[in-house]
Amino acid sequence: MNQPNDTDREVVISIRGLRNQFGSQVVHDNLDLDIYRGEIIGIVGGSGTGKSVLLRTIAGLNRPKAGSVEVLGIDVLNAHQDGRADAGVNWGVMFQDGALFSSLTVRENVEVPMRTVDGLDPQLRRALADLKISMAGLPYFAGDKYPSELSGGMRKRAGLARALALDPQIVFLDEPTAGLDPIGAADFDQLILGLSRSLGLTVFLVTHDLDTLHAICDRIAVLAEKRVLVTGTMQDMLTVDHPWVHEYFHGVRARAALDTKAAASGPTKD
Amino acid sequence: MIPPMERPDFQISLIDAAQRVTIKGAMTLPHATTTEADFQTIATDRDVHLDLSGVTRFDTSAAWIIASLDARLKDAGQTLEINGTSEEIKSLLRSVTAAMPTPTVVEQPKMTFMDWVASIGQSMASAFMYLAELVGFLGLFLARLVRSLRHPKDFRLTALFHHCEEVGLKAVPIVALMAFLIGVVLAFQGSTQLKQFGAEVFVVDLIAISILRELGILLTSIIVAGRTASAFTAAIGSMKMREEIDAMASLGLDPAMMLFVPRILALVIMLPILGLIANVMGLLGGGLMAWIDLGISPALFMTRLVEGTDINHVIIGMVKAPVFALIIGVVGCHAGMQVKSNAESLGRMTSSAVVAAIFAVIVADALFSIFFAGIGM
Ligand SMILES: Nc1ncnc2c1ncn2[C@@H]1O[C@H](COP(=O)(O)OP(=O)(O)O)[C@@H](O)[C@H]1O
Ligand SMILES: [Mg+2]
Repeated sequence: MNQPNDTDREVVISIRGLRNQFGSQVVHDNLDLDIYRGEIIGIVGGSGTGKSVLLRTIAGLNRPKAGSVEVLGIDVLNAHQDGRADAGVNWGVMFQDGALFSSLTVRENVEVPMRTVDGLDPQLRRALADLKISMAGLPYFAGDKYPSELSGGMRKRAGLARALALDPQIVFLDEPTAGLDPIGAADFDQLILGLSRSLGLTVFLVTHDLDTLHAICDRIAVLAEKRVLVTGTMQDMLTVDHPWVHEYFHGVRARAALDTKAAASGPTKD
Repeated sequence: MIPPMERPDFQISLIDAAQRVTIKGAMTLPHATTTEADFQTIATDRDVHLDLSGVTRFDTSAAWIIASLDARLKDAGQTLEINGTSEEIKSLLRSVTAAMPTPTVVEQPKMTFMDWVASIGQSMASAFMYLAELVGFLGLFLARLVRSLRHPKDFRLTALFHHCEEVGLKAVPIVALMAFLIGVVLAFQGSTQLKQFGAEVFVVDLIAISILRELGILLTSIIVAGRTASAFTAAIGSMKMREEIDAMASLGLDPAMMLFVPRILALVIMLPILGLIANVMGLLGGGLMAWIDLGISPALFMTRLVEGTDINHVIIGMVKAPVFALIIGVVGCHAGMQVKSNAESLGRMTSSAVVAAIFAVIVADALFSIFFAGIGM
């Protein structure tokens, strides 16, 4: 992928000096990160390094102890919810396992955020919800089902459809392929890639899945030592000289993922 | 930074054999309803040239509107030509057109008279199935109880004591208070009626018979059904949900022995004791009220109670207790085992266990009344 130079790309999320702390346990300290428009950034790091906490902080679900978080030029920590909505700054979050409202059908779930739009005709809202469900790769009949009647993979897709309901510019995904079979995970990767490219979405992706990193991430940010240790492409990661990063990207699983990628793209390349 | 959104400007003009549609401004969700209404006015009897060069913002709702127009025109044999679009809009239009859902309308079959009869039959059959399952559960409990007599080592005494405390000891305050108040109410209501005949002293018989024979044990059972059936279902159900029951079975532990026997046995032991407490407290409340309201002294109350009330009433009341305990315990444990692997079914089974247990207790009480009347007690 040939990305333009860092300097002439628009920064949509800018984090400076972020500090997150629970009791005496410091999770992030002086963390800086920039995320550019339209990219898929993969966040990796060991268990408990605060990937989910970082996601929740940017999405406004967790208040940091110090630092600033700017999304599309708006200081989200101090801006009022209404001010944010007026400025057209919105984002969607896809939680692990979808976090769908269990008493509503999938279609009603997707309609929930659309209900905040004044004067939207109910019939049109329904049709747009069906469109989002279809764009998330679910069959039409899934709209009438309740979350408990769907498989785990379908619930994730429904959760993504709801996150996309208001055409957000940014989506946050927390380990979207965890618990999916390899084929389902690869399909989900392609879905995210396709949506990101066609909708111009910026995707903040927390993942443990090396295949996902290889397949769709434009850039990778490694969380270690309470901050973003390095950012860069997959190729950059292979040259980083840090024990954890080296082990992660040169371990047995990383090699296997690299091999499958090479095998998959080998014959088609000409 | 983004200017307040104006309603997009929509114009149709006729050129030769086609219509030219020009749209300017933000085509976004807040205006989707009016935009869609505007697009519905486009005639489908001729080709359409859509000019989007003045569009400032464009989202999936706009793409949906254009894709549906395209579909309508295709159906009518006309074509849609789109001009002045940026690369982003084109790619969005492409993916939305590809994803346009095609409703698969499922024909709802009409309900005929036969279907109606069949659905009644089905619900009857499932009611009998439920009853059969409960009886099966009772059998399982009894079989394991007998087994634990033969293999006392398998029996979990600590669990039994724990559940006795949970279902018995901790229910004492609420049961005692409830029975006391029922006694007070009975005495008060009874005395106002009996006063009219100068038969005040019979209020003692009224209180004694209704509490000892019926109310003491029935109301205790209803409270215990609410407290304990739901607790059994929630505890066993959440274990079922987390596959703990399967784990037990795979480790060679018998879930019936580990979970059902201590719980149901604790209820069978504790419910008669709770019923006894309810009886005493009910009489106490009634006696107190009779003393205050009618001036029947405690000594007179006692004499009248001992002389005038047949011991049969107490026996009949207490005989019912273990049966009600079995019903509550079996219904609660059975409902717990019906929980599926999601949290909704846990909530649903918990509340249905309470309803089923209370209902079953009342039905059993009615059957007991008929039975005792039949044998002349
Ligand atoms: N609400 C909270 N209260 C206390 N500690 C928390 C809270 N949320 C997260 N943590 C702690 O922060 C650390 C990072 O958590 P998390 O972001 O979930 O890790 P991961 O990188 O695996 O997603 C963990 O040690 C966790 O215990
Ligand atoms: Mg996490």
